[in-house]
Amino acid sequence: MLKIQNLYAQTEGHSILKGINLEIKAGEIHAIMGPNGCGKSTLAKVIAGHPEYEISQGKILYEKNFDYQDISKWTPEERAKEGLFMAFQYPVEVPGVSNLNLLKASFNSICKHQEVPEMEEEDFISLVKKKTEMVGLPFSFLDRSVNEDFSGGEKKRNEILQMAVLSPRLAVLDETDSGLDVDSMTIIAQALNNLKSKQNAFLLITHYNRLLNHIKPDFVHIMKDGKIQKSGDHQLANELEEKGYTGLV
Amino acid sequence: MLNKQKYKHGFVTNIPAEKFTKGLSEELISRISNRKEEPEWMLELRLKAYRHWLTLKEPKWADLKYPPINYQDIHYYSTPITEKQKKKSIEEVDPELLKTFERLGIPLNEQKRLAGVAVDVVFDSVSLGTTHQDALEKSGVIFCSISSAIKKYPDLVKKYFGSVVPYKDNFFACLNAAVFTDGSFCFIPKGVRCPLDLSTYFRINEKDTGQFERTLIVAEESSYVNYLEGCTAPMRDSHQLHAAVVELVALDHAEIRYSTVQNWYPGNEQGQGGIYNFVTKRGKCLGKHSRISWTQVEAGAAITWKYPSCILQGDHSSGAFYSVALTHDKMQADTGTNMIHIGKNTKSTIISKGISTDDSVNSYRGQVKILPQAKGARNFSQCDSMLAGKNSAANTYPLMEIQNKTAVVEHEATTSRINEDQLFYLKSRGLDTESAISLLVNGFCHQVFKKLPLEFSVEAVKLIEMKLENSIA
Repeated sequence: MLKIQNLYAQTEGHSILKGINLEIKAGEIHAIMGPNGCGKSTLAKVIAGHPEYEISQGKILYEKNFDYQDISKWTPEERAKEGLFMAFQYPVEVPGVSNLNLLKASFNSICKHQEVPEMEEEDFISLVKKKTEMVGLPFSFLDRSVNEDFSGGEKKRNEILQMAVLSPRLAVLDETDSGLDVDSMTIIAQALNNLKSKQNAFLLITHYNRLLNHIKPDFVHIMKDGKIQKSGDHQLANELEEKGYTGLV
Repeated sequence: MLNKQKYKHGFVTNIPAEKFTKGLSEELISRISNRKEEPEWMLELRLKAYRHWLTLKEPKWADLKYPPINYQDIHYYSTPITEKQKKKSIEEVDPELLKTFERLGIPLNEQKRLAGVAVDVVFDSVSLGTTHQDALEKSGVIFCSISSAIKKYPDLVKKYFGSVVPYKDNFFACLNAAVFTDGSFCFIPKGVRCPLDLSTYFRINEKDTGQFERTLIVAEESSYVNYLEGCTAPMRDSHQLHAAVVELVALDHAEIRYSTVQNWYPGNEQGQGGIYNFVTKRGKCLGKHSRISWTQVEAGAAITWKYPSCILQGDHSSGAFYSVALTHDKMQADTGTNMIHIGKNTKSTIISKGISTDDSVNSYRGQVKILPQAKGARNFSQCDSMLAGKNSAANTYPLMEIQNKTAVVEHEATTSRINEDQLFYLKSRGLDTESAISLLVNGFCHQVFKKLPLEFSVEAVKLIEMKLENSIA
């Protein structure tokens, strides 16, 4: 589904990604772990198309109808419309825009692009309500302005709610587990396990293996200095827990 | 850059017009008064105003730059020849004019007209007619042109005309008192909840013609009215003056909600043409527990100079000002409000949202004045500006004058740019740039839009979206 080949990216003259190679197939869960500043959040943003980063070398190949295309020049919205989703580490406040309105606008925009008829208002609302329940939030949450005055946990759950409604093919979750209490973590992990299917894939970006105790990744990659230094199965995360980054790479 | 979509209401109605010769004089004023078959007292009032006006100077304190206005180079009166005699029913109006208003989204004939809204349409200097008058009369509501009211209800007009905005108030109000042509008169008798929304649509059509709108709304004890105002003009190379006066009076327990979607022609990208909109709007909460709210969406005009205000005279009365002002290209807006607390426990709310794009200048200018006798007065003000162009400017001039210690006054102000993080967030949810910006801007204006009547709010959202699409790449 996604093939990243020899990817270099920089911002304001600093090179951050220095030759990333990564392949993700449908049905897989990958985790990228690494110390602070290793470039893992940058990788997430570059996959999503953040304008702040410039790709100086390499390709991001994304599969659509069995055909791989380099999406590195695509706008963020083009990527989103083709089923790419990033859960933000720091979700952004959008004052005056209700969660429901954003969900509706996003959902309709993606449906339109994929030539799927828009849902009836009522059906859409019942879909959203179901997903809201899944992430353990009250329906009144839908009327609140996007991320405004949300607690840290609410912001992260809201990202998962958006993901649940938009049902992306590839979800990149940037430190979704940071700043969560145990209960929120469990709920989010359950929701993610529910959303997982053979058709989609997740890329989890995290510091710790807390989340990985709930969601079992097929592959774990350790990143350092803008490169993937080591890859393995979920055992690698446990090893990392014991030895730390310095002991491992 | 996106394709600039032209101003949608910029067409000209080709209809023969009778215009009074350009220029301003006592003779012209007598001619206007005479044409409108006014009683002697009104002519005297006009002349008094004119003589006073001659002693005044145009105010220069606003953040507005424009060449001097030549008041002798304006037609002060223009009417379609077919409408020189007022028609008995609006359906008899020249079909060309009916077509014009239909094109503007105001169908006037019986089958198509809006069901829940009575409309008075003013074309250049004359009111063409008013819909739903019968239905309103049954409930005792008077809704007609100010010209008819002066003739038919002289006592009511005499009592309230100029009682909120006296002719000596300011330069433009004084000019208006001398040369005003048409506008609406609404009178809601005691205890009546006006069964329909009332609305006036102002259209400027003729070249080099000024429009001098005069509106008076009186709500008697425990009555309620929702009033809506809209306005547009053709695209022309030269500037045109619109100098209006609107007065509202609310007696005990009465409530007036006044909403405007101002969409005058703003001029082109180089700042050629466009309406100069110098407007004095003020409401007096005369009675106890009376309420007046001004909601405005200022999206047009080359220059906007407008401060819809409330005099909170009755104890426990409350005033509100909700405003969205959008400027683009070379537009200049200096707008805000004035809340004057006189009565005890009076309350005022100010929510102002300014959006400036391109090379435009957008200023909020407001005053909250709490007089010594206004015990327990409260005010909340929030003024937010959003900048979306490299050369655009936003200014905020809040003034507070508090003469009573028991007052509680809060003021919040923010200035922001359309934020890259927000844009990226929305785009990564599948929204293209325009949809993302319009969502952000609608969110920014939400507190004001939700105060508009539904049909107006839909129109306002569309209008702002269209204007922004043109201005933001």
